[in-house]
Amino acid sequence: MADKNMTTMSDRNLQSITTSQRVKSILGKAGIYLFLGIMALIVLFPFYWMIISSLKNLSEYRKAIPTFWPHEIQWINYVNAFNTANLGRLFLNTLYVGVVSTILSVIITVITAFAFARLEFKGKELLFAMLLATMMIPGELFTITNYITVVNWLEWGNTFTALIVPFLVSVFYIYLLRQNFLQIPNELYLAAKVDGTSDIKYLWKVMVPLALPTLISITILKMMGAWNTYIWPKLVTTDKEYELITNGLRNAFTDTSGQADIPKQMAAVAIVSAPLFLVFLFLRKYIMAGVSRSGIKG
Amino acid sequence: MVESKQQWKAWLYLAPAILLLLVFTVWPIINTVSMAFQEDYCAQRALMGETYEIGIENFKKVLDYGNFVDYLTNTMILCVATVPISTILALLIAVALNSIKTLQKGLQTIFFLPYVTNSIAIGMVFAAMFNVIGFRKAGGEALADSWGIINNVIMFFGGKPVDWIGANSSLAANRFVVMVYSVWNALPFKILILLGGLQSINKQYYDAARVDGTPRARVLTKITIPLLSPMLAYVVITGFIGGFKEYSSIVGIFGDTMGPNDMNTMVGYIYKALSTQKQGAASAAALILFGIILVVTLINLRVSKKRVHY
Repeated sequence: MADKNMTTMSDRNLQSITTSQRVKSILGKAGIYLFLGIMALIVLFPFYWMIISSLKNLSEYRKAIPTFWPHEIQWINYVNAFNTANLGRLFLNTLYVGVVSTILSVIITVITAFAFARLEFKGKELLFAMLLATMMIPGELFTITNYITVVNWLEWGNTFTALIVPFLVSVFYIYLLRQNFLQIPNELYLAAKVDGTSDIKYLWKVMVPLALPTLISITILKMMGAWNTYIWPKLVTTDKEYELITNGLRNAFTDTSGQADIPKQMAAVAIVSAPLFLVFLFLRKYIMAGVSRSGIKG
Repeated sequence: MVESKQQWKAWLYLAPAILLLLVFTVWPIINTVSMAFQEDYCAQRALMGETYEIGIENFKKVLDYGNFVDYLTNTMILCVATVPISTILALLIAVALNSIKTLQKGLQTIFFLPYVTNSIAIGMVFAAMFNVIGFRKAGGEALADSWGIINNVIMFFGGKPVDWIGANSSLAANRFVVMVYSVWNALPFKILILLGGLQSINKQYYDAARVDGTPRARVLTKITIPLLSPMLAYVVITGFIGGFKEYSSIVGIFGDTMGPNDMNTMVGYIYKALSTQKQGAASAAALILFGIILVVTLINLRVSKKRVHY
């Protein structure tokens, strides 16, 4: 009798503990979702504000009580922004610099990484260590001399060459791809050699396909770099004909005060941001993989 | 024979990279150091044969005159304020993301979005959000068409509107705007790295803690943070390095004029000196920046050596 009583009591205790624990864990989960939801809204808010502001007319934008959805959608802001900042020209310039520098840069990265990963030569380890050491130095230190080299000596001021050539070699990309190449078994290379396959054919048919994810990451980051670069183009190009998108945007809308035509500015900003978002939408995996290993922006 | 053929081939493959690195990486290191120690070096006049006295005058001038020290202080304040805030926020978000299953991928994508932006372009959006719109003074009384969305939120909660970035704004207000933008900008990278770290922690630690009935907060401080410490050290170090090189996000908000209170930074100083043909001063400033980054990184590594568990 007493025994029976004991068991039912402990059963009841156990039950109340599990329900209280369950309530606690549900509340905890709800708290986590609430926190993440609020943070996500804060993170997204600037994008939302950019888009709705870009669709308002000036008088609606200046209303004392802000509207959270435009009364009358003003697509004309986008047309005006496109024409004011001459965005078509800027897009073409940036695309040209981005594509040419990405292609050349990827070729150089592939052959250099191949040499470091597969070929034997004197001083290989030392040379590679020296390359890695240069990554510690902030880019500003190079920029000063490169400016003199490019503008005063090579006389490349106001050319696309000046925007492309100094940044073709990225030690970090070489390092990344070499690590990737090293994972491919050397036996494949030796077998190809026995068959009389040339290095270039082997690279193209075996190494490149196997390292494709890394190469895609490199390509996207390099293109994004061209899209976001600001300081170097500003230094070496003064001619509007060679202006890149970021500089063009900043130069076309110098006034950030409240008196400016903000809806038009926001439309321009949205146009400039759109390609980045589209690329991100489709190639998210590669971008995030590349970024998590590099820690660099552009 | 195969050996020597490989040698020859290897150097052929390396040639383009080595040539470009010699011109645009190795030479700049040598030349920038040499310019820094030549008094008032100017590249244009040097090309015409002018010579300069050797010494540390450039460093003295950079530190004594001009606004370099102001810019240095400015950069330091931004770094010291934003790195801890963004790291803690990123840690909380990463831990929260790691503990859920539904919507994890979607939320992760949202939190990464600020990374894929153009810092000048989004700086303009932040300027628009903080701006007082159509500001005018009427009979000594300040009036505005609209106080701007951020001020609207502040007033909604009963606060007073602030002139954040306008012509009469204060330095503190300007700094606040830059800090908010920097934190927003720094979150995605930190969340990505920390979440990656969290997902590689062995689940057994958490199972053991659950068996012992360890409270959530204790799990965080005793298991998660110690095991995550290498990643935390990494995001703090890269955060400081990025913070010391802050420039284009400020140009995004304030434009080239850097706002009413001159919010310029060290990198901005270097470019200003460079574009006004004062390469000696620019080089000296760049070496000082390099020195500061090196020291801060070493301090961080030292501190983390004591605290980081591998």
